[in-house]
Amino acid sequence: MLGVARRRLGSGCVLSQLAQALRPAAAAPARTYSAAAKEITVREALNTALDEEMSADPSVFLMGEEVGEYQGAYKISKGLLDKYGPDRVLDTPITEAGFTGIGVGAAYHGLRPIVEFMTFNFSMQAIDHIINSAAKSNYMSAGQISVPIVFRGPNGAAAGVGAQHSQCYAAWYAHVPGLKVLAPYSAEDARGLLKAAIRDPDPVVFLENELLYGESFPVSAEVLDSSFCLPIGKAKIERQGKDVTITAFSKMVGYALQAADILAKEGISAEVINLRSIRPLDRAAINASVRKTNRLVTVEEGFPQHGIGAEICMSVVEDSFEYLDAPVERIAGADVPMPYAANLERMAVPQVDDIVRAAKRACYRAAVPMAATA
Amino acid sequence: MAAASFTAAKFLVPVAARSGGERAPPLPPVGASSSSFARTLRRGGGAHHHPRLRTALAVSSDLVAGNKAAQAAATHPAVTREEALEVYEDMVLGRVFEDMCAQMYYRGKMFGFVHLYNGQEAVSTGFIKLLNQADCVVSTYRDHVHALSKGVPPRNVMAELFGKATGCCRGQGGSMHMFSAPHNLLGGFAFIGEGIPVATGAAFAAKYRHEVLKESGPDGLDVTLAFFGDGTCNNGQFFECLNMAQLWKLPIVFVVENNLWAIGMSHLRATSDPEIWKKGPSFGMPGVHVDGMDVLKVREVAKEAIERARRGEGPTLVECETYRFRGHSLADPDELRKPDEKTHYAARDPITALKKYIIEENLATESELKSIEKKIDDVVEEAVEFADASPHPPRSQLLENVFADPKGFGIGPDGKYRCEDPKFTQGTAQV
Ligand SMILES: Cc1ncc(C[n+]2csc(CCOP(=O)(O)OP(=O)(O)O)c2C)c(N)n1
Ligand SMILES: [Mg+2]
Repeated sequence: MLGVARRRLGSGCVLSQLAQALRPAAAAPARTYSAAAKEITVREALNTALDEEMSADPSVFLMGEEVGEYQGAYKISKGLLDKYGPDRVLDTPITEAGFTGIGVGAAYHGLRPIVEFMTFNFSMQAIDHIINSAAKSNYMSAGQISVPIVFRGPNGAAAGVGAQHSQCYAAWYAHVPGLKVLAPYSAEDARGLLKAAIRDPDPVVFLENELLYGESFPVSAEVLDSSFCLPIGKAKIERQGKDVTITAFSKMVGYALQAADILAKEGISAEVINLRSIRPLDRAAINASVRKTNRLVTVEEGFPQHGIGAEICMSVVEDSFEYLDAPVERIAGADVPMPYAANLERMAVPQVDDIVRAAKRACYRAAVPMAATA
Repeated sequence: MAAASFTAAKFLVPVAARSGGERAPPLPPVGASSSSFARTLRRGGGAHHHPRLRTALAVSSDLVAGNKAAQAAATHPAVTREEALEVYEDMVLGRVFEDMCAQMYYRGKMFGFVHLYNGQEAVSTGFIKLLNQADCVVSTYRDHVHALSKGVPPRNVMAELFGKATGCCRGQGGSMHMFSAPHNLLGGFAFIGEGIPVATGAAFAAKYRHEVLKESGPDGLDVTLAFFGDGTCNNGQFFECLNMAQLWKLPIVFVVENNLWAIGMSHLRATSDPEIWKKGPSFGMPGVHVDGMDVLKVREVAKEAIERARRGEGPTLVECETYRFRGHSLADPDELRKPDEKTHYAARDPITALKKYIIEENLATESELKSIEKKIDDVVEEAVEFADASPHPPRSQLLENVFADPKGFGIGPDGKYRCEDPKFTQGTAQV
C-alpha cells in the first residue's frame, strides 16, 4: 500500500512536509475559539440549548426516564420541569420501545419531540423505532411524513460500568440512511449542534458523552447568543497542523488535542479534526486536510470493525488516495465487550499515547514498531 | 384479618371493588403547569401514599388457599429452628456484605454503578434459599445478594467487585453482571426487562430437558426465578413473557421486588394500576402479593410457587412489597424519597423483625444470633482481604472469552487461526 501511496498525482510533496516537520510545531494555534468571554460546561451548554429551543417553539417537548422531577439522570434537564411544566417535560416509565415509538408518532403528527435515553445503551430497546419508524418514513411516504425528532443522551465508554453500559453507537446509527448523527465535543459544539438538531426537519441521533458533561470550555458571546446554531455535516478544524491529520469525535477530540500537544514537542505538527457530524460526514474537510498533511490517523472509542475510522479511511482512499504518504492508522476500542476491571478497561479504550504512537508511525517516526502496538 | 397478606379468594376473582375504592387520592400537582393533562401525567406523589402502607392489602390467589391462608394471616408460618437460623444467616450476610460494599466503593476499591440491596433481603433469602443447585436465578444490576443467596462464595463476589482475577467472572463482569454457572446464576442483567426473557428461556430449557430429553430427576422440573423491580413491570418484555410462560406452562416464578421506586420515579407515577400482582390473573396465572419485609411470609408464598412450577403446573407472579434502605445506586443523591417514608420502612427492617420473631418464639437465643452475626462479619472481612490480596487480571485476559470457540475468528491469510494472530481485532489494546 505504501508504494502505491507514493504515486501521487497532485500537489503536496514530501519535501514541504519535511520542512514543516522541522518548524517548531508549538507555533500551531491551539484551540480556535474566538475571544473567550466565558467558560461553560457541556452540561450547561446542553441545558441552555434545550431551554432556548423549548422557549422558542412550543411544539418542542422533552420525554424520557427521570428527565422531570429527578432533573435528568445526569442533570441535563435541570430546571426545565419547573419552567415548562409536566406537559412538556415528561417522565416516562421504563419502556424505551414504547416511549420512543410514541415520540416518533408525535413527530409524524406535528410535534418536535426530544427523546432522552438515560444512556444510548438503552436505545437498543428502541432501535426498531429509530431505524424503522423514524429514519425510513420520509422516504417510504415519498416525503409526505417527515420526522423532526431528536434522540439524545450519553454515548460511548463510561467508567467502570462494564460491558452493557459502555459502548459507542456512532457507527451503528451512522450506518442508516435517513438518520443524521451528531457527536459534540466542546460546549460550543453541544450548544450549536443541539439547537441545529432540534430545528432540523429530520431525525437526529445526538450522541453526548457522560465524561464530558462536567468539562468547561471557553465560549464566545456569539456561542451564547440564543440564535447560535452550527451547520449539520460540517467538521471543525480544532487545531491546524501540517504533518498528520487526526480525526476524532466526542471525547476523543480532547485526547487527539492532547496527543497533538505531545507531538508538537517532538516536532510533529498534527491537524486535529473534530468531526462534529458523523452522518453526513464532512468528507470535504477530511480530504482537504489529508491532501495537506498526507497522513491520517482516525480515532474512535467504538469497535474497530466496520467503524467510523473504516468509513473515513475509505473516503480518503476514494477521494485522495494519491496524496497518502503512509498507511492510514486506525485507533479504536479493543474488539471485546468492555471489561469491568479497571486495568483491562483502560486497555480496551484508546489512550492519548496510542494516538501519539500512531501519528509517529504515520510520520515514520515510530519509536515503537507496529507489531508491538497493533 | 387486617394483617392478612392474602385471602383464599381464587385468583380470577375480580378485585376491582378493592382496588378502586382504596386508591390513594392524587396529590396536588407539583410544578408549573396545572392543566388536567399535567395532573394525569403526574398523578400521585411519594410512594408512602400507597394504599398498602395504610391498609394491608388482601390479595387473591389460589396458591394459598383455605386453612393455610388463615394461618398465615393469624401469625407467621411455622419454621424450624434450623430453617430460621439459615434464613437469618443469609439475610445478615446480604446486609453486612452490602454495607461493606458501600465502604469499599467510597474507598475506591470498586467503581462504576454499585446498586445495593439493603432492605430487600427477605425477598432474596425467602425465595432463593428454597432452591436446589440445579434451579436457576436470573437477576438484575442489583445482584450481589441474589448471588450470595444462591451460594456463590462471598469472597468471589467481592473479588469480582474489586475487578480481580479471582472474581466469579474474573473481573470481566463487575457489579451489575454476576454470573456463576456452577450455581446456575445466569446473570445480572443491567438493562431493564432484559433478564425476564432470559429467565423464561431457562425455564423453557428446563421443561424441554424434562419432556424432550427426559433429563430431569424424580423431583420434577428445575425451576427458574426471575427477579426484577416495580419499574421493570412497565416494560413490554415483562408482559410478553407472562404470556409465553403461561401459554407454555413454564416452570418459572416472576418475582417482583416492588420497592416503590425506580431510581427517582415513584411507582405510582409510572404505572396505570399499581397492583402488579394483578397482572398474573390477566394472563391466566396466579398473582400473589406478599409483604416483602417479612421473610417468613415471603418464604411461604415462594414455597408454593416454586413447588407449583416444579410440578409442571406453570408460572406464578409474586409481588413482594419491599423497600431499599439506600439510594438507587451509590451515586444516587436520593433526594425524592420523603424522610417519613424512609422512616416508615426502616422501622420494618426485615432482619430486625426476624430476629424478634426468633427470640419470641424461642427458636434461638440472642447470643446465638449474635454469634451468627459475628461469623458473618468474619466472612465478609475475609472476603475483603481475599479480594484485596488477589491479583489484577493479566493483560492477556482482555482478549479472552469473546467466543466460546477459541478459533471463532476463522482462518487468516497465513493459514493460521486468526485468533492466534495477536494483532487481529484487538483495536488499540496492547496485549
Ligand atoms: C432499558 C433500560 N432503561 C433504563 C435503564 C436505567 N435504569 C437502571 S435501574 C432503573 C430503575 C429500575 O427500577 P426498578 O425496576 O423498580 O428496580 P429497582 O432499581 O428499584 O430495584 C433504570 C431506569 C436501564 N438499566 N435499562
Ligand atoms: Mg423499584
